[in-house]
Amino acid sequence: MNDLTLIRKSLFRKKTRAILLILSIMTAFLIFGALASIDRVLNSSEELSRADRLVTVNKINFTQTMPYAYWGRVGAVEGVQAVTHASWFGGYYQDVRNFVQAFAVDVDTYLEVYPELVMPADQRAALSERRDCVAVGADLAEQYGWAVGDRFPLSSNIWRQADGSSAWDVEVCAIMTIPDQELPTNYLLMQYDYYNEALAFNRDQIGWMILLTGDPANNDAVSERIDTLFANSPAETETTTEAAFSQAFVEQLGNIGLILSLVVGAAFATILMIVGTTMVMAINERTKEVGVMKTLGFSSTRIFTHVLSESVLLSLVGGLLGLGAAVLLLGGIAEVAGGQLPGLGVGRETWIQALGLMLAFGLLTGFVPAVNAMRLKIVEALGKD
Amino acid sequence: MISQISAVTSINLRSIPQRWGMSLATILSIALVVGVLLGFLAMANGFRATVSGTGSESIAVLLRSGSQAELNSDFGRDTVRLIETAPGVARDEDGAAILSAELYVITDATKRSTGNDASLSLRGVDDMAPRLRENFELVEGRMFAEGSNEIVVGEGVLREFSGFELNSTIRMGPNEWRVVGVFSTGGSVFDSEIWADIGTVQNLYQRGASYQSIRVQLDGETGLTELQDYAENEPRLDLDVTTEKEFFAQSAGGLSNLIMYLGWPLAIIMAVGALAGAWNAMYASVDSRVREIATLRTLGFSGFAAFVGTLVESLLLAFIGGLVGALITYFVFDGVSASTMGGSFTQVVFSFAVTIQSVISGVVLALIVGLFGGFFPALRASRVPLLEVHG
Repeated sequence: MNDLTLIRKSLFRKKTRAILLILSIMTAFLIFGALASIDRVLNSSEELSRADRLVTVNKINFTQTMPYAYWGRVGAVEGVQAVTHASWFGGYYQDVRNFVQAFAVDVDTYLEVYPELVMPADQRAALSERRDCVAVGADLAEQYGWAVGDRFPLSSNIWRQADGSSAWDVEVCAIMTIPDQELPTNYLLMQYDYYNEALAFNRDQIGWMILLTGDPANNDAVSERIDTLFANSPAETETTTEAAFSQAFVEQLGNIGLILSLVVGAAFATILMIVGTTMVMAINERTKEVGVMKTLGFSSTRIFTHVLSESVLLSLVGGLLGLGAAVLLLGGIAEVAGGQLPGLGVGRETWIQALGLMLAFGLLTGFVPAVNAMRLKIVEALGKD
Repeated sequence: MISQISAVTSINLRSIPQRWGMSLATILSIALVVGVLLGFLAMANGFRATVSGTGSESIAVLLRSGSQAELNSDFGRDTVRLIETAPGVARDEDGAAILSAELYVITDATKRSTGNDASLSLRGVDDMAPRLRENFELVEGRMFAEGSNEIVVGEGVLREFSGFELNSTIRMGPNEWRVVGVFSTGGSVFDSEIWADIGTVQNLYQRGASYQSIRVQLDGETGLTELQDYAENEPRLDLDVTTEKEFFAQSAGGLSNLIMYLGWPLAIIMAVGALAGAWNAMYASVDSRVREIATLRTLGFSGFAAFVGTLVESLLLAFIGGLVGALITYFVFDGVSASTMGGSFTQVVFSFAVTIQSVISGVVLALIVGLFGGFFPALRASRVPLLEVHG
């Protein structure tokens, strides 16, 4: 019988107890796995951001528009390598509840500023040919079952055409993907000219601008130049990095990170207490045995290692099962949610963190009983009733 | 029988201190489970109470059809004129319609908690607006003067955002505003808004003579249907008419449901974890008293009494845990002010509300954990093999 077998046997000597402990460790890691990936999805726009990409919005608030002419003026600002603009369309498909995240953009410059968006060359060419062509993100296309060549009216809950209609007829000419990255492509790009010419009001206005500076070191200077350019005009601007802009948006929901950490903390505190006290009790029950082992010549360090390995093993089994459950659960949620929660899943970082937590947790819960067992005197152990 | 049960139960309970470690771990772990559940419920209830709790049945909200939110809506002065003479709208002593046409823009302000900018609603209104909010009250200062750069702010804005103290001047976008009053609408969503003169807002935000919503007092019970029929059949109108209550319920639903749907499963998963704790604690309790139980059985105590004794111990631990969790949540979270993004991308300030119903759900969840955690150990207590133990 080698040491590992011994450890395994002692762990499962009381089957119900071991299974219960594993179950409770599992729950904590299930919660950890699930919440960590929810947090990641919420912050995924931050991952998407590029360090030298800036966003210019109306200083009053990002929902306020600015004149179309600003686009050309920003293009002439020193240090701006490329600039594009976008407008919020407030889109929906057939029913107001079928929300479609649609932006009216200048396609050529948009794809220049977002080089990570790719589509087949023939689709890219087709996109520029007709004004009613739209590019649809792969996740969004999957959600509504759209394919290249499909035509449908894209409705807006904000904008009206001069003839009173609130729907723009569009044709899917391209499907966009972001290769090599688990980033969501759950939006649609329509062409600004097509959108703008039909508008009943707010014509020749744009929502925001996105630009590249080429080097993050230039960011501050370029922001400053742009905002100074429009200072004291009716539409003053505010230019920040893309990361800061999306972070601010997520923060508006509240301190989600804090809430999630509190929940994960509570879950771990719960099982730490349960597993910790149970381990102490389990080793106490074996006092006599430990005495016998020591009599047989097991060194104190070896006993210490045994007990510690036992709790680490317990933690690893429970933790891995818990993360496995999280993978299944998130897979199920992603299936149900369609394309709405792209990228939902346990990421590599979460796995690494979780493995670290499992080790730490095992060591923490096993330490006290291990020290107790190590210090145990044979006479006392064998003399115990 | 009853005396047997009470005897065994009291032995069980009095022996708890001998296993204080496991018992305390059980109580605290259940307290944490209940705490997490009640925390989420308090958040959901608080948000719901703010957003939908105050909606009135006798006030209608009119938006451009299909726009769903005030932010998306837009119509001109002519629409307002038609509604002023529409049927179903209540009138005051002078025969004027009780109606408030409003403009709604979003502006940035600095949150106290993070120091970052977040979006707030700036509402352009005239002197009719307070009449269409139940419980409107000017807490400090006065209303803004017509045509001026003056604003009044809701209590929630003052609480969560910096720079809105009475008589201070605040810059929003290119414009400077002076805070001349603080109002309260009794904790409703309007407490998270800034109000200014509609003419000023139309001017500064280049909105011409456009409006985004109309609130009207409905005339009696048939007012709503009369107004809806009129809006539908009048070709010059393109409006959705809903009661304020319904309008708020739509905008509150999403987020508070999300919080609930997140809170319950989390609490249940954690409860499963805590269940293992209770179960272990009770097994330990039975194990350490095997001899006692066997002796009692030999003396003629029934197995059922031993069963009940153990179960009661488990339920008591769980109950204490649930109560501790509820109390902690109440003292830590109840009334805590927070803000989040509501409909239209703007901040809604609300207070956490720990309600009696949610405390009851929490304690029930705790008792379920105690019941399941105690059942099998209790079964074991009732079946202690007498001969083996004494052999």
